[in-house]
Amino acid sequence: MLRLENVTKRYGVGAFGGRTFTAVRDVSFEVAPGEVVSLIGESGSGKSTIGKMILRLTPISEGRITLDGADIRGFARGRRKEYYRRVQGVFQDPFSCYNPIFKADRVLWMIKEEYFPRVPRAEWDERVESALRAVRLDPGAVLGRYPHQLSGGQLQRLLVARALLLDIRYLVADEITSMLDASTRIDVLNLLADLKTRGLGVLFITHDLALGNYIAAKTVVLRRGEVVEMGDTEKVFADPRHPYARHLLASVPQLHARWDGEQEERYGGCPVHEDAAAPEADGRAGPGRLVEVEPGHLVACTGPEGGCRVALARGGPAAAAAGGR
Amino acid sequence: MTLRVTDLKVYYKTLRGEVKALDGVTFELGDAEILGLAGESGCGKSTLGKALIRMDGRMRLRGGGVELDGERLPIDDDAAMNRYRYHRISLIPQYSMSALNPTRRIGRMIRELVESRGVRYADVEEELLRRLKLVGLDPDVLSRYPIELSGGMKQRTVMVISTLLNPSLLIADEVTSALDVSTQKAVAKALAGFRDRGFVKSMIFVTHDISLTYQIADTIMVMYAGKLVEKASASAIVSKPRHPYTQALINSLPEVGVRYTDRRLSGIPGAPPSLLKPPAGCRFRDRCPKAFARCAAEEPPVTEVASGHFVACWKG
Repeated sequence: MLRLENVTKRYGVGAFGGRTFTAVRDVSFEVAPGEVVSLIGESGSGKSTIGKMILRLTPISEGRITLDGADIRGFARGRRKEYYRRVQGVFQDPFSCYNPIFKADRVLWMIKEEYFPRVPRAEWDERVESALRAVRLDPGAVLGRYPHQLSGGQLQRLLVARALLLDIRYLVADEITSMLDASTRIDVLNLLADLKTRGLGVLFITHDLALGNYIAAKTVVLRRGEVVEMGDTEKVFADPRHPYARHLLASVPQLHARWDGEQEERYGGCPVHEDAAAPEADGRAGPGRLVEVEPGHLVACTGPEGGCRVALARGGPAAAAAGGR
Repeated sequence: MTLRVTDLKVYYKTLRGEVKALDGVTFELGDAEILGLAGESGCGKSTLGKALIRMDGRMRLRGGGVELDGERLPIDDDAAMNRYRYHRISLIPQYSMSALNPTRRIGRMIRELVESRGVRYADVEEELLRRLKLVGLDPDVLSRYPIELSGGMKQRTVMVISTLLNPSLLIADEVTSALDVSTQKAVAKALAGFRDRGFVKSMIFVTHDISLTYQIADTIMVMYAGKLVEKASASAIVSKPRHPYTQALINSLPEVGVRYTDRRLSGIPGAPPSLLKPPAGCRFRDRCPKAFARCAAEEPPVTEVASGHFVACWKG
């Protein structure tokens, strides 16, 4: 289980870093083995920052991230490799991940030198072949080629194969399909779905709601570094409660439905308050607090601090626990 | 008819020979029509957009021609085209974020721009302010530097500047691909609004995103490997595509309103052919599930299978 607990990231900004900018605020969710979780947000929502924190590419300001119960900050120095054997990332631009003057399969060979120096050559070749087959690449078509001879989809799948050689448990996929064409994009998505059945947990970071809807079982919607809505993909997409999530969904261009006329969503009112209206309820939630509106569906309260009364009592004990976080 | 493109061939000169990026494309664009130009990378959609306004140094016109409002355009003559650029044909570039001069306040930049085209700034100022307001920008942006505006604001500013002289043809090349979904919607709607208000007579909206094109375009033209494969009304392309490529492309798009519990979408196996030496016959045949002997031997002509529905396929 890869778990984020109240993770916050602040950057120093301004000439001397005097001011701070909070890129990610109090984010908690988890990725289980064999599960794809999509992290959806627009630019500046902090989605990539979360990916970087998981991959230990940037330090965490507050809160913690645990891998099977162990704080990932513990995987420092000598234990770094131990962590990267289990958690790997693939990023947006496959074209700039390769050194153009070396053959593309060098990324695989570097894994061997770094992590498996004692594995015999023949056995290694077998492992490479099975990893390539797992990502549906023909070894003959990609080995020994230079990056410019391969397509974006092939390069991206080669990077996933590289991650698979390490026998990873969790993969952070940060916008991995946004540079690919529609016809090859779907193959990479299907590949992630296949890996899921092999027990791999995937954090799928994207700005494209349609892609998240396609492969993820769970969805986390971020806005300005805060989770506004999260839960089972079906529930979040079928019945978005938060005004921002609704606004995002209404903006997605769809194939068989045109955008509505001049209807503009407004931010206002509290989605939780509206939907679970029970003024006599004694539970209260502050802005940004997640409240469980139905099992497996959490929505952030947008009401003023302490001013939004939510029917926690009626939502059952699970809702009360979520609201009290 | 605003624009008539006849058998247009534009090749790129490279050290290894000529890349046939646009290889005989014929279509017409009516008044007040928004044509969505869709296709994957390397299909020639941007080449077509560029050829209509400015061919860069590597592009060569190898046949065919372009007529705008009944007048033949000298598209291969860079100097002669100057008369048409901005006045009659205008462009919204892909990265409008970097299209604005960073060292000038926006108002001054616009003044220099229109004056360089022989138009007095005072004559257009009123209209400029009116249109900025229309796209939701404060006149205050004129006294700002580009760096002070957000991506969406810059995009809208460039849209207003590009259409200030009411061009006959506007080419919008991937204008929304760098924007977030909600900004994308605002920009696409504003573009359609420009057409409705007559700021532009007709528009070519180039994008790789068919779902987005469908939102604002009247007709959609799908290209593959330098060729037109299908052109029809937006709703026909999306709901009754005839060409196997269009069908596969539409079927590979995940949507938000659909549940995919066990159902898998499939991509298109293979890759487009090299355009240095494109194969004879249909260029899609290697990836096509319906290909048969004739596809390799003869190139399918573009035929009108229903009113306004053009398909280049032996089985379309």
